[in-house]
Amino acid sequence: MTTLQQAIEATTRAHDKAFIPYIMAGDGGLDTIKQQILFLQQHGATAIEVGIPFSDPVADGPTIQAAGLRALEEGANLRTILAEIASFKDEVHIPLVVMTYLNPIIRYGIEAFVDAAEAANIKGLIIPDMPLEEADLVTDALAGKDIALVQLISLTSPAARIEKLAAAAQGFIYAVTVNGITGTRDGFDEALHDHLRALKRIATIPVLAGFGISTREHVEAMNRSVDGVIVGSAIVKAFHEQRLDDIEVLLKAPANQ
Amino acid sequence: MTTTEKKGRYGKFGGQFVPETLMTALEELEQAFETAKQDPAFYEELNYYLKDYVGRDNPLYFAKRLTEKVGGAKIYLKREDLNHTGAHKINNALAQALLAMRMGKKKIVAETGAGQHGVATATVCALFDLECIVFMGKEDVRRQALNVFRMELLGATVVSVDQGSGTLKDACNEALRYWVSNVEDTHYILGSALGPHPFPAIVRDFQRVIGDETRAQILEKEQRLPDAVVACVGGGSNAIGMFTPFVDDADVKLYGVEAAGKGIQSGEHAAAFADLKEGVLHGAYMYLLQDDEGFIQEAYSISAGLDYPAVGPEHCFLHDSGRVTYDSVDDDQALEGLQLLSRTEGIIPALESSHAIYYAANLAKTMAKDEILVICLSGRGDKDVQTVQQALEGK
Repeated sequence: MTTLQQAIEATTRAHDKAFIPYIMAGDGGLDTIKQQILFLQQHGATAIEVGIPFSDPVADGPTIQAAGLRALEEGANLRTILAEIASFKDEVHIPLVVMTYLNPIIRYGIEAFVDAAEAANIKGLIIPDMPLEEADLVTDALAGKDIALVQLISLTSPAARIEKLAAAAQGFIYAVTVNGITGTRDGFDEALHDHLRALKRIATIPVLAGFGISTREHVEAMNRSVDGVIVGSAIVKAFHEQRLDDIEVLLKAPANQ
Repeated sequence: MTTTEKKGRYGKFGGQFVPETLMTALEELEQAFETAKQDPAFYEELNYYLKDYVGRDNPLYFAKRLTEKVGGAKIYLKREDLNHTGAHKINNALAQALLAMRMGKKKIVAETGAGQHGVATATVCALFDLECIVFMGKEDVRRQALNVFRMELLGATVVSVDQGSGTLKDACNEALRYWVSNVEDTHYILGSALGPHPFPAIVRDFQRVIGDETRAQILEKEQRLPDAVVACVGGGSNAIGMFTPFVDDADVKLYGVEAAGKGIQSGEHAAAFADLKEGVLHGAYMYLLQDDEGFIQEAYSISAGLDYPAVGPEHCFLHDSGRVTYDSVDDDQALEGLQLLSRTEGIIPALESSHAIYYAANLAKTMAKDEILVICLSGRGDKDVQTVQQALEGK
């Protein structure tokens, strides 16, 4: 079992819900990566999704696109971010999950990237533009490594596809709560919870919900149906606007279940 | 990891590199496309509109004065510029709209560079009463203001895209984001031989009418196949449509012409085959302009329709296999090509097609007088007149 899955299951076994905040690495400068990761760790994050900026982020909404542009201007990229994280990895005790589009990995070189990720103690990998059908591009390089390749699952996909993805998933299942891009939304309908509970029934690893989850109410609502949540845009925005109190409030939500 | 089927590969190029949310829609599209291809009623309807609405067959025209001026091979022009809306883009837009209706989708999203694909899409949406939203880079909106107005006249909503370089790739990003969010009732009419499978195959099959007609027409006029065929390549839709029926004819040399912009050395160009760096953008594995960190570089060309930072996956394959020769022509040379055709034949070509004309004129010079060269004249130049005026008078 991967370290990432273990960490999430340790949380859920303690009758708590997992909470994975997303940061745009380098938004505010490369040295903020350490501050943000340690802050989130201190306030109870189960794991942290570390977003790598990209020139053409097709799966992201305006908030993360803007953060990505700021990070790019600070010189953030796959290479500089992994080097930065490696420099303070001994202070990090929760799993870090890298979220990057595929092209920077291809350019880096897949084996070289996996080596650098291991050196930075990265425990999971999310590639939003690489569906399962194309995953063999990286699976050989990941074989035998403790880096979980996380699958996103779209809840409106046919059941057979959902089952196939759930069977292949590692670490946790990233249930995409809306057909769309990242960013905040007003609310979620009841049908979504039916989908989430159905996914939960077939999953053998934890199921976390993400996309559009931005308030404490959203977190609590999602946690009725799944093992935890991923919160992206709301965290990125709050860090950018230096509203650390708001992040603390969000992070406390899962403990109240 | 379970073994999964790999779809839509041209050698190592192509594939389906998209967010999971789109995978089901791509599957659905592929099935609709495969079913339509087997259905004579689909082609009957498509051919009706291609003939009576688009104006096909368009001529394969012997460019006598251009041939004399150049002094080499006989040059023929495939007159895609004479299509309704003025370019080859309508062939694909029309067919994909019919496909969308078969899938029960009432809304269409599209990206556009020069605006030709946007206009073609807005046109067929008006024709079939489909809701139409077109994403267009901010820079292109500026360069092609007239086409924006044409799309709006046709009832489309044009959204100017500020992100990135404000050109075709950014419009593609935004169209993809829109499609991800509205996938249940919306079809994405991708305009070039790009994107995730099955798009490159769909666009090729719906554009091969160019090559099929050319083949039949040259056989009728010359009782033989041409020695060379030249087409411009941005994403590569007119070129793949023209080349496909000739790919198995080993004696027909095929040439694709990319945009060298301000020159390959300047770094400001759109010639992905000049760099040969592999990567993934907009759903496909291709040759792709990018920096050392894998960030996509902004492509540049005087012609808005060619400034895409990659080349469609099947072209990448044809490049590596050696079947097609790819080269590039810069802004100044394209302007020369434009003036050459305007003055010898009274045909003002699109800036995109002008790249092919310049290249073909030089190629024809090296060929014997009894040899035959065909140029795909992919579009007319009305949309570019202002850009050309500024470029020529600015010197």
